Amino acid sequence: MSDLNTAMIEKYRSNFLKEVEANVEEGEWVKMCMQCGVCSGSCPLGKHWDHPPQEIFMMIRANKRDEVLGTDSMWMCTSCYNCIARCPRGLPITHIMHGLAVYSKRLGLTQKKQPTAEFSQIFWDNLMKKGRVNELKLGLSMYFKDGFGQGVKNAMANQKLGQNMMKAKRMNPMEFFGGHSVKDLSGFQSMVKKAQEIEEGNLKEAK
Amino acid sequence: MADEKKFAGYVCTGCGLGERLDAGQLETTATRDGKMQSCKQHEMLCSAEGVQLIKDDIANESVTHVMIAACSKRAKVEAFNFPEVAMTRANLREGVIWVRPESDENQETTQEMADDYIRMACAELKSMSQPSASGEQTLNKNILVVGGGITGMTAAIEAAAAGYPVHLVEKSGKLGGALGSYYKVIPTRSPYDAPAENPVPGMIEAIEADDRITVHLNSTLAKTEGAPGRFNVEVATESGSSETLSIGAIVQASGWKPYDASQLPEFAHDKSADVVTNHELEALAVAANGGPIKRPSDGKEIKSVCFIQNAGQCSDKEGHLSYFSGVTDLVSIKQAMYFKELNGDCDTTILFDNLRTPGAGGEDFYRAGQQAMVTFSKGIASEVMPGDSLTVKFEDKILNEQTEMVCDLVVLATGMEPNSGPDPYAQLMVDEAEDEEEKAKAQAILENAPPSILNLQYRQGTDLPHLKNGFNDSHFICFPYETRRTGIYAAGPVRRPMDAQQARDDATGAALKAIQAAENAGLGRAAHPRSGDLSFPSFRKEGCTQCKRCTVECPFGAINEDEEGYPMYNESRCRRCGTCMGACPVRVISFENYSVETVNQQIKNVEIPEEWDEKPRILVLACENDAYPALDQAAQAGVEINPWARVIPVRCLGSVSLSWVTDALNNGYDGIVMMGCRRDDDYQCHFVRGSAMAAERMSKVGDTLDTLNLEPERVILHEVAITDVERAPQLINDMAETVEKIGLSPFKF
Ligand code: SF4
Ligand code: SF4
Ligand code: SF4
Ligand code: SF4
Repeated sequence: MSDLNTAMIEKYRSNFLKEVEANVEEGEWVKMCMQCGVCSGSCPLGKHWDHPPQEIFMMIRANKRDEVLGTDSMWMCTSCYNCIARCPRGLPITHIMHGLAVYSKRLGLTQKKQPTAEFSQIFWDNLMKKGRVNELKLGLSMYFKDGFGQGVKNAMANQKLGQNMMKAKRMNPMEFFGGHSVKDLSGFQSMVKKAQEIEEGNLKEAK
Repeated sequence: MADEKKFAGYVCTGCGLGERLDAGQLETTATRDGKMQSCKQHEMLCSAEGVQLIKDDIANESVTHVMIAACSKRAKVEAFNFPEVAMTRANLREGVIWVRPESDENQETTQEMADDYIRMACAELKSMSQPSASGEQTLNKNILVVGGGITGMTAAIEAAAAGYPVHLVEKSGKLGGALGSYYKVIPTRSPYDAPAENPVPGMIEAIEADDRITVHLNSTLAKTEGAPGRFNVEVATESGSSETLSIGAIVQASGWKPYDASQLPEFAHDKSADVVTNHELEALAVAANGGPIKRPSDGKEIKSVCFIQNAGQCSDKEGHLSYFSGVTDLVSIKQAMYFKELNGDCDTTILFDNLRTPGAGGEDFYRAGQQAMVTFSKGIASEVMPGDSLTVKFEDKILNEQTEMVCDLVVLATGMEPNSGPDPYAQLMVDEAEDEEEKAKAQAILENAPPSILNLQYRQGTDLPHLKNGFNDSHFICFPYETRRTGIYAAGPVRRPMDAQQARDDATGAALKAIQAAENAGLGRAAHPRSGDLSFPSFRKEGCTQCKRCTVECPFGAINEDEEGYPMYNESRCRRCGTCMGACPVRVISFENYSVETVNQQIKNVEIPEEWDEKPRILVLACENDAYPALDQAAQAGVEINPWARVIPVRCLGSVSLSWVTDALNNGYDGIVMMGCRRDDDYQCHFVRGSAMAAERMSKVGDTLDTLNLEPERVILHEVAITDVERAPQLINDMAETVEKIGLSPFKF
C-alpha cells in the first residue's frame, strides 16, 4: 500500500463518501444518486461487471472503500455516455467512473494486469517520450507487454494487418528508430510536469 | 293551486330534430295523449327568442307546467331555467335521433321512440308540482370548528376571514395540536431546501386577535342536535360548566394520534430511551434549544442517527398499520436535516425501501437532504439491539446483504392514526357480517370504539361514519370534504393522513364548504350533489306503518323518529337522493317533483305494442349522476342504442321503488335494465350507500319474477361509471339480444 493510501485512510476514517467527494473527479455527485438503477440498466456492459454504477455509488455510501477502489468495474467503462444521458438525477456517471479509476491508480490499488490500466500506462509512457504517440512502438509495447515469447506470437498473428497498414502508409517502419517528436519537446515535458505537480499538490493538500 | 294548473308543451325542431322527426305528429301526441293544453314548435328553442316564447306564456298565459321536447335535460340548463314553474324535458336529441341511424327503414321506430318520450314527459309533468323551500330554517352564519390543531385553526381563520363568526372548540388547554410542539415543518415554498419555521405560534396570535373567533379551550361537545342552519351544540368545559351554541355548519378537525410504537418490539422502542418515534424526536429537537440534539439516555451529543422508514406501517403484520401515512418520508428528511443543522458532523442515515416525497416541493426537498449529506440507504431494518450504542440490523437491498450499523439514536418513522369518533355503523357491520372472521373484526371495532367527538343526537349514531382504517368517510373521488352527515365537514388527518400544508389546504376547502352549507340551509336548498334543489321528501303519515325502513336506509342520517315512532325529516340534512322513497314499502314518501307516481306515470304511458308487432320495450332506469351522462356522451359520440329502449333518469338507484319494476313487468315490458354507480368500499355512488341499498332491495326482485312466471334474465342491475361511454349503450343492447333469445313478455294487453 502506498503512503498516500495510508494517509487517506487515516484522514477520512469511516467516511469514504467524503473521501470520494474531496479527491475523485465529480465525486461530490455521488450523494445525489437516488438508487433508481437506471444507469445500471442502461449500461451496455454493466451487467458483466462486478459492480454496475448504481452499486458502486451505494458501496461508496456504505463505506466499502477497499471493494470500490479494488474493483476493476470502473476501468471497464467505455465512455458510451448512455448512463449520463438517462440518469434522472443528472449524475456525470461516466466521469465519476474515470475519476474513481484514476484515484485507485493514484493510491496504487488498481488490480495488477488490469488491461485498461496497463494500456493506459503504456500509452502514457509512449506519449511522454516524444510528445506524440508513436503508433508503431505503442503497438509493439502492447504485443510484448507479457514477455518476449508472447510478443512474437502476438506480432505474428497481426502480421498481415501491419503489412497492410504500411502499404497504405498508415504506419512508417522507420519510426522504430527514434521516431519524431513535437517541435518543442522539453517545453511539452515541463508543461506536463507542471500539471502533474498541481495535481499532486491537490492530493497532498487533501492529505 | 290545483285548478289553476296550466300545461304547455314546446317542441324544438332545431339540431336536426325537425328533419329527423315529424314535429306535427309530436305536437299531436303532446296535446292528444299528453293532454297539454297548448303545444308550440320552435326552430331553436334554446335561443333567446325560443326562451322568450316560453317566458311570455308563463307571464301572459299563466302557464304553470312546461314540457320541453328538445335535448337531454343535462343540456341547455341555463337557457331552460324557469324556477317559477314545474318543468319536464323529453330527450329527443341525445335520447332518440343521435342514437338511431338515419334511414327509411328506421324512421317508424325512431318516431315511435320520440312520441313515447313526449308521452312520458307529459305524464310525469301531470303528477309534479313546483318545489318550494320549506322555510324550516333561517340563515345561521355561525361556523363551529371542532379541534384546535393546525387544521382547525386554519378553518377558523379562513371562515372568519370570509366574514363568518367562528366557535373554535379545543379539548386541551391550548391551541396548536400535535404540530404546535414541533421544532420545524416541511418547507412549503420554493426552493424547498430546508425545514421551515413552525407557523403555529403566528396562527395562535392571529386567532387571539380576531374578534370573530371565539375559542373554547378545555372543551368538548356534550351534545349536537338539529340540522345544518339550526344545530344546537352544547359545549361542556372540563370544569363542568356548559353553554349552548346555535350553529349553521360544522368542521370536524379532530386530527390524528401517533401510532403506538410499543407494538414494535423488534425495534426496542420500549427497551431503550434512545429509540424514539418521529413524533417524539420533535420534543428532543425543541429541547436542544438551538444547540446539538442530545441522547435521551445520557444527555450525550448525538453523533450518529438512523431513521427507520415505514416502521409499523405499510405492512400486513398484526398490529401494524396496513396503509402508508404518506408524509413520513418527508418528515424523516426534515428531521435528518435537524441533525445536519444542529449536530454538526453527525452521521445521518435514512433506511428506506420506497422513498415517497409527494407534493410540489417533495423532490426538491429530497435533493436538499442529499445535498446536506444525509445518507439514503435502500435497506429494510429488521432489528434494533439496545446497548450503549444501538445496533441496527438491516438488509441492504442494493448490495443484497444482511448488514448492520451502529448509531447513537434510532428514529422510527411511524404512521398516523385518525382521531375519529365511533363508527355509527359498527353495530350494523356486526349484524350484517357475512362470515365469522368478518364478524369478529366488526365486533373488535365495536368494542374498541373511541369516545364520541360530536355526540350527534341522530337516529343513526353519534359521529361521522368511517370509510377505511378508521378514517372518516368522505366522497373521496368527487367531493372530498362531504361526509355522510350533511353540513358537517371532516378536514385534515381525520380524513386521511396528511402533512401540515395539506391539512391547511384541506381546512380551507372545508371552511368554504361549511359556509356554503350554512347559506344553502338558510335558503332551504340542498347541498351537493343536487346543489340548489328546493324539493325535499315528505311522507303521508296516515299511510305510514312505522316500519323504520326510511330512517335506517337514509345514507345521511337525515331522518329521526318522533316519540310515536314516525319518521321525522330534517330537510337540511337531506341530500334529496330519494333512497327513503325507494325504501318505503307502502310508497308514502315523495318529493314535489319526483315521486313513485312521477316515474310510474312515465312507465305506464309508454305505448306497449301488441305481441305480434314484435317490438319489445326495454325500460332503462339510469342514475342521473353517472349512467345517464354516460348515455348522453355515447349519443354525442354516435353510439347506437336499439329502438326498444325507454330511458328514465333517476336521482339515485337507491330511489328506485320495487313497485316500478313490478308494474313495468305487469305492463308488458320485456326487459328492465337498471344502472347505478359502483357500490363497494371504493364506491362511486354520489349518495354513498344509495346504489348499495338498491342492489340489496333488487335482490328480492327474483320473487316477483317467479310469481309472474318470468325469466330472471329480464331484470338486470349494472354498475356503470360516467366513463362507460361504450359500455352503457352496450348493456342496453345486450338486453335487447336477451329478449330476442327468450322471447317477448306474455304480459302485453
Ligand atoms: S441513474 Fe443516476 S440516480 Fe439512478 S442509480 Fe444511476 S446514478 Fe443513481
Ligand atoms: S458511460 Fe460507462 S458506465 Fe456509463 S453506460 Fe457507458 S459504459 Fe456504462
Ligand atoms: S332523500 Fe335521501 S337524504 Fe333525504 S331523507 Fe331520503 S334517503 Fe335521506
Ligand atoms: S319507510 Fe314508509 S312506512 Fe316505513 S317508516 Fe318510513 S314512511 Fe313509514
